[in-house]
Amino acid sequence: MAIAASDVGLYGLMAEFEDGEALLRAARAAREQGYRRMEAYTPFPVEGLPEVLSVRGRRLPLIVLGGGLVGGATGLLLQWYAAAVNYPFNVGGRPHASWPAFIPVTFELTILVAALSAVLGMFALNGLPQPYHPVFNVAEFSAASRDRFFLCIEATDPRFDLQETRAFLETLGARGVFEVEP
Amino acid sequence: MPQQQHADGPAPVIAPGYTYATVTDKISAIVLTRRTPRWWFVGAALMFALVMLLLYAVAYLLLRGVGIWGVNIPVGWGFAIINFVWWIGIGHAGTLISAILLLLRQEWRTSINRFAEAMTLFAVACAGLFPLLHLGRPQLFYWLLPYPNTMGLWPQWRSPLVWDVFAVGTYATVSLMFWYVGLIPDLATLRDRSQHRLAQVIYGFLAMGWRNAASHWQRYQTAYYLLAALATPLVVSVHSVVGLDFAAGLIPGWHSTIFPPYFVAGAIFSGFAMVMTIAIPLRRVFGLEDFITMRHLNNMAKVMLATGLIVAYGYLIEIFTAWYSGNQFEWYMTVNRMLGPYAPAYWLMIGANVVVPQLFWSRRVRRHVPALLVISIIVNVGMWLERFIIVVTSLHRDFIPAAWGMYVPTRWDWALYVGTIGLFFALLFLFVRLLPAISIFEMRELVAESERHGEAHPAPRAGEAV
Repeated sequence: MAIAASDVGLYGLMAEFEDGEALLRAARAAREQGYRRMEAYTPFPVEGLPEVLSVRGRRLPLIVLGGGLVGGATGLLLQWYAAAVNYPFNVGGRPHASWPAFIPVTFELTILVAALSAVLGMFALNGLPQPYHPVFNVAEFSAASRDRFFLCIEATDPRFDLQETRAFLETLGARGVFEVEP
Repeated sequence: MPQQQHADGPAPVIAPGYTYATVTDKISAIVLTRRTPRWWFVGAALMFALVMLLLYAVAYLLLRGVGIWGVNIPVGWGFAIINFVWWIGIGHAGTLISAILLLLRQEWRTSINRFAEAMTLFAVACAGLFPLLHLGRPQLFYWLLPYPNTMGLWPQWRSPLVWDVFAVGTYATVSLMFWYVGLIPDLATLRDRSQHRLAQVIYGFLAMGWRNAASHWQRYQTAYYLLAALATPLVVSVHSVVGLDFAAGLIPGWHSTIFPPYFVAGAIFSGFAMVMTIAIPLRRVFGLEDFITMRHLNNMAKVMLATGLIVAYGYLIEIFTAWYSGNQFEWYMTVNRMLGPYAPAYWLMIGANVVVPQLFWSRRVRRHVPALLVISIIVNVGMWLERFIIVVTSLHRDFIPAAWGMYVPTRWDWALYVGTIGLFFALLFLFVRLLPAISIFEMRELVAESERHGEAHPAPRAGEAV
């Protein structure tokens, strides 16, 4: 009789690895086994890992592009409205909408809004700030910011089975396998 | 994989023998566990004394008005604009190192980018003070912003002063975000390493729950590279706008098309000089010679040599166009710079910015740490003199002799200038004590990379291009 993690109230099972290569191999193996709801934790970005975990990051560049366009359009429209419509003022016979003089402000606002949307978009997509997360309940997990690599298979995965998944993780050469309290 | 350090070859970016763990521990220990060195208290106390001087000078300025400065007609802009341009130029090397060198995949930037970015922020803060205080009524600075005021007035969009507000405001905001985003994984590291409850709470709060998840890293890197790509044209634009502030004026000596590119080169020149001025003592007192290696200093010296030559070209072209224009006012201004009452400042500038950096052609000088420090300080002084020459000699004798005059800075000018130097270094002192001065996670990445390279290439070749 299989024991589901939801019965024992677990967030998931976490395996600890010595280096990025071992973690990458483990993540590939877990994917081949049919696990989908999992996450890796590494002290620095490991190349190839997002692909194995099928993380797609195509939304952020689009958000930034959109932000830049909005910023630039706002800058140009603001200056045109202010100088040509709302308060036209003759400066040395120049046209009211003297667009070459408007380029610096337009450019700066393009960059400003694009950069703001890059940072805020990254936070939003990553779900930060997040005051609490179950993975921090594992004492060993603090080494994820030093020199250890972790793979966590979440209990909500349909393939998850406390004993089987633990046995599977242990075959991958993990240094240790820990239960993650919710 | 020990890397051979050849006598002539480039030193490694990171000394051999480091692992993820030792890199992390060494950098985080500076903040968390090592005793604060005695020199830190001495230095910080000295710099905070200068901050008090700054506060005194600002308070007196607000009480009495800008009349306490040496500015008057014909020299209406004195130390305020000189120091503004100087400080903002110093900031540029930080963004250059962190953004442009990141996009160019220059690995050697990794161990110097964090404090260079901090330097940018503090320099921009010092720079911003000067135009604000020069407004006379700084509490009304927001009149330069487009907001729905009761008089229905808008800022003058054709004015370089308004361009400056947007350029410097954007620059400060983007630099701050770039710095903070770069810090988040390291704040998480400090949160996990610190033993003290208060430190855990503060670093944990600032890290915002960062947990090193692979999916987060993916978006993080995308965001970081995009920010770098956005900051790169920003660096060029900010100092170009500062250059346009002058070039849009009709004064001989200002009305020059070379100004925007020549200002950008000068900014990078002075900025790298300041990075060097900070990096050399920093690596010494914290024992960071393994991370900020001779290769970094060597590369920075080369960048200074290249940008110094661009600056020298700018000086030459200014003289040539003044002569070639056939405009008597332009030519008189040029001769007056070289032979007039401010001639000593001009020739000191030529010596500091054109002659002295030529020493960097010599490999022996580029490898001699005290020489690098001395030359960097000379370049900092030289670039300050450049701004002095551009502002003062252009203004003090304009078209008719009846309007001529001299500019002499008062002690309040000096107090404010020295005070901002104190503010800059006081902030740096706090920074190296409270935050990791070197990016920890990027150093871990560098360790991983050098391990992988070690497998591919058994030994780095001597004389490899840097």
